[in-house]
Amino acid sequence: MNPRVGVVVFPGSNCDLDAQKAFRDLGADVVSVWHDEETLPEVDVVVLPGGFAHGDYLRTGAIARFSPIMDAVRSFADAGGLLIGICNGFQILCEAGLLPGALRKNAGLKFLCKWVDLRVENASTPFTNAASPGDVLRIPINHFEGNWYAEPDVLDELKANDQIVLRYVDNPNGSLDDVAGICNPERNVFGLMPHPERACEALLGSTDGAVILRSILASSPSLVSAP
Amino acid sequence: MIHRDLGLTDEEYKAIQDRLGRDPSYTELAMYSVMWSEHCSYKSSRVHLRNLPTEGPHILVGPGEGAGIIEVAPGKAVAFKIESHNHPSFVEPVNGAATGVGGIVRDILSMGARPIALLDSLRFGPLDEARTRYLVDGVVHGISSYGNSIGVPTVGGEVVFEDCYAENPLVNVACLGVIDTKLMNGKATGPGNAVILIGSSTGRDGIGGASVLASAEFDDESHEKRPSVQVGDPFTEKLLIEACLELIREDLLVGFQDLGAGGISCPISEMTAKAGTGMTVRLDAVHLREPQMEPFEIMISESQERMMAVVEPGNVQRVLDICKKWGLHAGVVGRVDDGDAVKVVDGAGETIADVPAVSLADEGPVYERPYERPGWIDEIQAADPGDKEPPDLAQAFLDVLASPNVADKSWVWEQYDHMIFLGTVQGPGGDAAVIRLPDSDVAVAITADGHGRYCYLDPYEGARSAVVEAALNVACTGARPLAVTNCLNFGNPEKPDVMWQFAQAVEGIGDACKALGTPVTGGNVSFYNETSGRPIFPTPVIGMIGVLDRPDAAVGSALSGDGDVLLLLGDTDPADLGGSEFASRVHGVIAGRPPKVDLADARDMIDLLVEVAGSLSSAHDCSHGGVAISLAESAIAGGRGFDCDLPADHRFLFSESPARVVVSCAPDNARQVAEAAEKRGVTVQQIGTVGGTELRFGGFTVSLENAKHVAAHSLADALAGPTIAS
Repeated sequence: MNPRVGVVVFPGSNCDLDAQKAFRDLGADVVSVWHDEETLPEVDVVVLPGGFAHGDYLRTGAIARFSPIMDAVRSFADAGGLLIGICNGFQILCEAGLLPGALRKNAGLKFLCKWVDLRVENASTPFTNAASPGDVLRIPINHFEGNWYAEPDVLDELKANDQIVLRYVDNPNGSLDDVAGICNPERNVFGLMPHPERACEALLGSTDGAVILRSILASSPSLVSAP
Repeated sequence: MIHRDLGLTDEEYKAIQDRLGRDPSYTELAMYSVMWSEHCSYKSSRVHLRNLPTEGPHILVGPGEGAGIIEVAPGKAVAFKIESHNHPSFVEPVNGAATGVGGIVRDILSMGARPIALLDSLRFGPLDEARTRYLVDGVVHGISSYGNSIGVPTVGGEVVFEDCYAENPLVNVACLGVIDTKLMNGKATGPGNAVILIGSSTGRDGIGGASVLASAEFDDESHEKRPSVQVGDPFTEKLLIEACLELIREDLLVGFQDLGAGGISCPISEMTAKAGTGMTVRLDAVHLREPQMEPFEIMISESQERMMAVVEPGNVQRVLDICKKWGLHAGVVGRVDDGDAVKVVDGAGETIADVPAVSLADEGPVYERPYERPGWIDEIQAADPGDKEPPDLAQAFLDVLASPNVADKSWVWEQYDHMIFLGTVQGPGGDAAVIRLPDSDVAVAITADGHGRYCYLDPYEGARSAVVEAALNVACTGARPLAVTNCLNFGNPEKPDVMWQFAQAVEGIGDACKALGTPVTGGNVSFYNETSGRPIFPTPVIGMIGVLDRPDAAVGSALSGDGDVLLLLGDTDPADLGGSEFASRVHGVIAGRPPKVDLADARDMIDLLVEVAGSLSSAHDCSHGGVAISLAESAIAGGRGFDCDLPADHRFLFSESPARVVVSCAPDNARQVAEAAEKRGVTVQQIGTVGGTELRFGGFTVSLENAKHVAAHSLADALAGPTIAS
């Protein structure tokens, strides 16, 4: 049975179709889930895609965390379901308190769309287990608010728990401790600013993003529990 | 003399009186003022534009609709169009540029196409002026914030700096869309059908944008026109795109048009004029942003993010429900009538406008404005072109490389999302962007190019060069050029010398497009680009689209294989330095005659590039800065040097002779490429090999590292200076 991926669509999401295509190309069954729904369909993985949910008005992710679907997303994560937030999705996860810290404006106060190198710091998560620690992945970023910040004690805790999953090799946005992606202590919720779905085809410049997507699919219950 | 305040002449007012057989009401007068404005009616340009070639086997829809439609593969059609937002961007750069993006995106959407790529052609004044830096920063931020948010990638374009644009920057935006499920038309057919206004509320922003702002010169008081600039809301635009595509997918719309210049007056008159119907609009049904708006304000407000749909009565509820799902306001504001009249009824049920639709849409004035070749053209063409030998060739090379017109523009395009939709096979920084169409193996190459300097020296030759450069940029990727959209930026058409420039440029575009077999599918004319009597260089910008058989066959501009052979294709005339980047940058001169392009040669070159694309490692045309800069750009992009044996002659190195391309290929392929070139009569010269960490030109050598540094930092450093808020 193919892994089933649900991509949540908020008004203003714009990387939902790209995420769907990237997962589908890797063999997943994909459904889109409108933000106004109150329940999730039967899925193995939930994706909060990139974009500008609710126009990013007030603050990135600040309104999206109140969308009706978010209660179901939280319950899904609490029950151990695999939840990944990409870019705006990461911002929403932080606003919702599902991941620690916050995303501030880039240090250069400019929107940045470019290829960056990411170092895999923790390859023992369901999101990175197809990689090895220290691997460098080439994946693009595309954000104005990607400058992750957390209080010192929070950062210490993340480090102690090995929750920093990806770091920038050459920090593009001022992010604290070069953080590009983090997970929760249980390792089933993952947020990252770079866009792995944009790096799944050699024709587009890199296939390193597929390492992350393949890790997720290989870890999905449908596949893991299959005989 | 209210009509003069609205931008109508006494003669135009008289024509309205004659057409109606009475004095127009104030609301009617406001509607005529926008629909008969230069911006909406093309009254000064129409007689010239008629001569452009507009038909071809691939052209499904030509000029006159929201956008041209081109069949790029069997059953695969795209919409492509360019528009200007020059004056708004000078008055308020962030919103001016942002709403420029929004406007062209809705043009594409109105055809039933999903917008999938944007190009920006930007022109500013000198970078050592704080105000220029403020404008660059604002315009780029406006494009970035709007384009990124609506999720349409900005994949290319151009950025040019020239003194003449200091008080009148050019912001031209082109958009590519792919027909989603059904090609829409802008016709209000079927009397009894409902007219639905979808999207943002109607406010007081953008009153007179088309008439007062876009169709008049600037002067010192222009900043007081800031209320005429519309304010963009990209979030609503994104919802509008998704909601409207859903409405079209469900086949709920009979006719569809965007609201841009001229506000609601534009679709109600154009859609009925095209269908031979009438329409009644109820003002009290229009969703207003603020109470107590005057009827004339409602009729000409250019509030953004609005579309008009004509819907059969049985489908109205379904349309409203889908809009509601997307959080968009939608309401029935009128109905299609028998007859031919556009009627506007106020809240009290009183008719406040009742005029023939065609009188607004099609019967505006058409002017055959006088034109005359100005005397100064002869003087400037006879002047010293700036071709003297520079004191130091290597330094001259670095100076040209550091020109903001040549240097690395990543400071600009890294602020644009250029990757969304997973179709950007080649993004900004190369010759043309290569975009794979969604869910297909068809790829198109798109570019936008202009050459204001050449056009200033000779508008006919300059316009031809712009077409050829655009076509070559497309062909360098291996794509066959198919069609053109153009944005014609000129000064005040009431001046005979400006009108002469316009007529010459249009003739040049027409001749080049005929010779290359690339019809013009539409575009936009922007006149009155002058401030305090000083016009810009005449600047036609050519948007070109071509098609590739396979996305993975696209050729890039970067050198990619050590040991590859470098070939220069085409003839170099060492006298082609008039209007060149070398003359301007090294000698501070813009004079002489621009290069003269041979259209038959250009056509041969295009055919050759398409034929041999599969054998090439890279291809890059020689434009700004000639063969020296073309080689350097390919080396920097590829991160590898070259060893060439070129004459140590600035006239050879920096000549901008048109229709030349530097290609590289594996040694095994060199012979085949050379034979193909010779067969087509294209001169081919083996000039060196790829490899190493130096740019060895023959007469001088520069390290790749140094060249890269110079190219990468000049624009970013110049823009790092202080800006002023105005």
